[in-house]
Amino acid sequence: MSDLIASHVDMTFTMPSGEQVHALQDVSFTLKEGELLSVLGPSGCGKTTLLNLIAGFLRPTGGNITLNNNEIDGPGVERGMVFQQGALFEWLTVAENVDFGLRMKKSPKAENKRKVEEWLDIVGLQGFGDTPTYQLSGGMQQRVALARCLINDPDVILMDEPLGALDALTREKMQSLVLKIWKETGKTIMIITHSVEEALLLGERLFVMAPRPGRLHKEYNLPFAEWGLQQDLREVKKHDEFGRVREEILGMIWNMEEEIMGKSA
Amino acid sequence: MSDIFASPRGIVVGALFIILICTLVWAIIYGRRLAKNEVTDLVFGNPMKAMGGWHWVISGVATVLLLWLYFSWDAARAFFPNAANELCQVAKVDSALIPMRSAFPFEERLLRGTTLLTRDATQLQILRKQVEGDRFTDEQKAQTLPLVDRLVDLQAGLASPDNFAPETSAALEDIAKRIDAATARLDAAELSEEELAAVASAKETQASWGQEKPEVPDDPVTERGAIFTAVAPELEAISSDFTKVRNTSPQFLAEVESLNADIKILSDNDSSLKDFGKQLNKMLKRIDDGAVFPPGALDSVEQSLTKLHETSLEKQGSLKLIDAIAMPGGNILAGNTACSEQGSGRWLPKPSDTIATFAKMADPSIGFKNIPLLSIKQKPLAEMVGFVVPDWIADLVPGSYPRHKADGTVGENLKSKVLNVATGNFASWSVPIPTGHIWDSIMRVVTGLFFGILFGVPLGLLMGLSRLAKGFFDPLIELYRPVPPLAWAPLILTIFGIQDDGKIFLLFMVAFAIMVISARTGATGTQLSKIHASHSLGASRWQILRNVILPNSLPEILTGIRISIGVCWGTLVAAEMLAGTTGVGFVENVARKQSDYEIIWITIIILGLLGLLFDVIMRWIIDKTIPWRGKG
Repeated sequence: MSDLIASHVDMTFTMPSGEQVHALQDVSFTLKEGELLSVLGPSGCGKTTLLNLIAGFLRPTGGNITLNNNEIDGPGVERGMVFQQGALFEWLTVAENVDFGLRMKKSPKAENKRKVEEWLDIVGLQGFGDTPTYQLSGGMQQRVALARCLINDPDVILMDEPLGALDALTREKMQSLVLKIWKETGKTIMIITHSVEEALLLGERLFVMAPRPGRLHKEYNLPFAEWGLQQDLREVKKHDEFGRVREEILGMIWNMEEEIMGKSA
Repeated sequence: MSDIFASPRGIVVGALFIILICTLVWAIIYGRRLAKNEVTDLVFGNPMKAMGGWHWVISGVATVLLLWLYFSWDAARAFFPNAANELCQVAKVDSALIPMRSAFPFEERLLRGTTLLTRDATQLQILRKQVEGDRFTDEQKAQTLPLVDRLVDLQAGLASPDNFAPETSAALEDIAKRIDAATARLDAAELSEEELAAVASAKETQASWGQEKPEVPDDPVTERGAIFTAVAPELEAISSDFTKVRNTSPQFLAEVESLNADIKILSDNDSSLKDFGKQLNKMLKRIDDGAVFPPGALDSVEQSLTKLHETSLEKQGSLKLIDAIAMPGGNILAGNTACSEQGSGRWLPKPSDTIATFAKMADPSIGFKNIPLLSIKQKPLAEMVGFVVPDWIADLVPGSYPRHKADGTVGENLKSKVLNVATGNFASWSVPIPTGHIWDSIMRVVTGLFFGILFGVPLGLLMGLSRLAKGFFDPLIELYRPVPPLAWAPLILTIFGIQDDGKIFLLFMVAFAIMVISARTGATGTQLSKIHASHSLGASRWQILRNVILPNSLPEILTGIRISIGVCWGTLVAAEMLAGTTGVGFVENVARKQSDYEIIWITIIILGLLGLLFDVIMRWIIDKTIPWRGKG
């Protein structure tokens, strides 16, 4: 039972001015082992807050989140993170970045080296082990961040807009890579994104969140991730069903944005 | 001028001179050509090339000037072998005239009498205000005010032609006539038989320029010089007589006498007026000086002096130009006694001599004050052990120290043997250790910096991470940091003594504050996502500090070290000037007291080169250790 369960999660921030901001309200869901979840929503809907709560960087002000029946009360190795800008350690080489977690655990060096090569192979960075990370392109840096996270063998992988800063072509390649890794490792993956297409492609399940206060608005179960494993991602995007869901969600988010604008006007 | 080509040195200097001028012209022409292309290059490409024009003009001119500075004296010696001797004779006349000329607006803006009159009038004004103020009783006011008024009258009376004694006027006329006579002599340029003979014999017997010390021969070897020498003694006498002329008529002296007595009575009668009486007395003495004359009284002397000056310039001819171009830096007559290339008044010493002095000082057996600048010394290992091991270790050994016996010998036990080791009192090998003024200065900076980094970086990181630590230490550091380090120096040097520890502590204080601030900036600048990422990768707090925050702060820390070195270096030199017996700053301070411009320049160059060396090393370290800077 290595499920990620959130029950009635509430999160309220208190600003330095004393103002209370209700970021999340009554969020409940269950993520089963091996599921691929993408979370979509207009800005300010609490996507990143939700991720930070699961990662353990924040504590919820109400409700609780459990993984494998253990309540989350801090960051941990079993929940790997991939950040938008990679957050690589630029003073280390690619290999040193990738085995950072292993070195912190003080696991044997020979084994580390084998694992690093294995993972560099999977993410397509063979032979880049000794390259300083600041010399890599954005896409390659994200591959390093992926490998650095996966080498620790986490139960859940949390991705905070991991492909947001990449160009369209690199982005598509990375989307395929994420699907490939999901398929091969069978990990539970949760992706935060602001791109509707990406959310559809990288989501077996898809949560659309609504803002003010942040809450789960609608849930979808989608076939596109499975399709994407078999055929080219561009073929998937051409499909009528894909277009229909995309337009539906876009319309939903547009309405939310307009509602916010109306409120503030 | 043709005789210079007779000697090989003259040819070499002449060739150099021509090459130098060609270089100068070339540098300017080449630079101008590059400068002309500047606009085109800026727009259509090479911005570096566009900068080249002015770079070449500046570096070319600078190089030529430096080369000229280096060779100018030798060039003058080769081209004008008698110029220095002649200038020396001119300088004799000039120094004889200094006391007289200083009374007139030649080098000054105002006539000395005008300056004195203004100054004294202001002082009297202040005195009067003092009397009219609240501190004096009405009775006291009645007593003192008339005295002040009389002083004012006395002072103003000096400028009045009515009080001008006919004897004084006659004395001034006489002085003007004597100056005119000297001018006529200089103008006629006729030498007596004896003087001509003296010139001839000086030519034969006297060593020529540069052969002996002082370098410039004192007696005139040319007729042009000899005529200046001939009039110099008479002018000196006139100068001396002029300074004795005072504007003191009998009635003036009588009034001074009477005022003196009245002020004394005032002070004696009322003891509370004693201080004021002293001030009045001081004022009276100033006026008593009689250096103020009625307007126009000095005109004849001034005219005579102007004529003398014009005649002197005319007789000097091209000498002035040679002096300015080839012998830069000050008067050739050093200390009013001898003519030398190294006058104490010469702020720009001859570069060739400066380098020769440097070479001499660089010899470890000479050095400065018996300490070499930089050398290697064999030092026994025991001394260093004694320095590092604290003496109290011996106290911890059980037992008591041995006492002397009846036969006068002292036995040994374990305790005393340990003490011998702790104090470095045992036979050992010697190891070579650098030593000398330069090494001492470097070691002080390095030691101070080392401790500053050792304590400053961890504390800075801690303050960057913990608000508690920041709240506790920040005020403590801000308590001493805003005070300029040199303001601390007297206190610290007095507490620690003039040895190394005081200076090292001072430098530690400087480096510590800078390192704390830079490490703190580095730590607070760590991106939150990096800390989150390392948390998720299973790193502990300590591991994050060691593996993420420290390397992430390296750019700021290294910049901090670079700044620290510069500030420490500056502070050290000043601290060494305040107190100490070694170090480059000490050398410079001693040289300053002795007005030894050569050594002052040498220390400036040493300090500059070492500062540059430190900075180059730091740049290299920065390039090697944090190549990712600005690329993350």
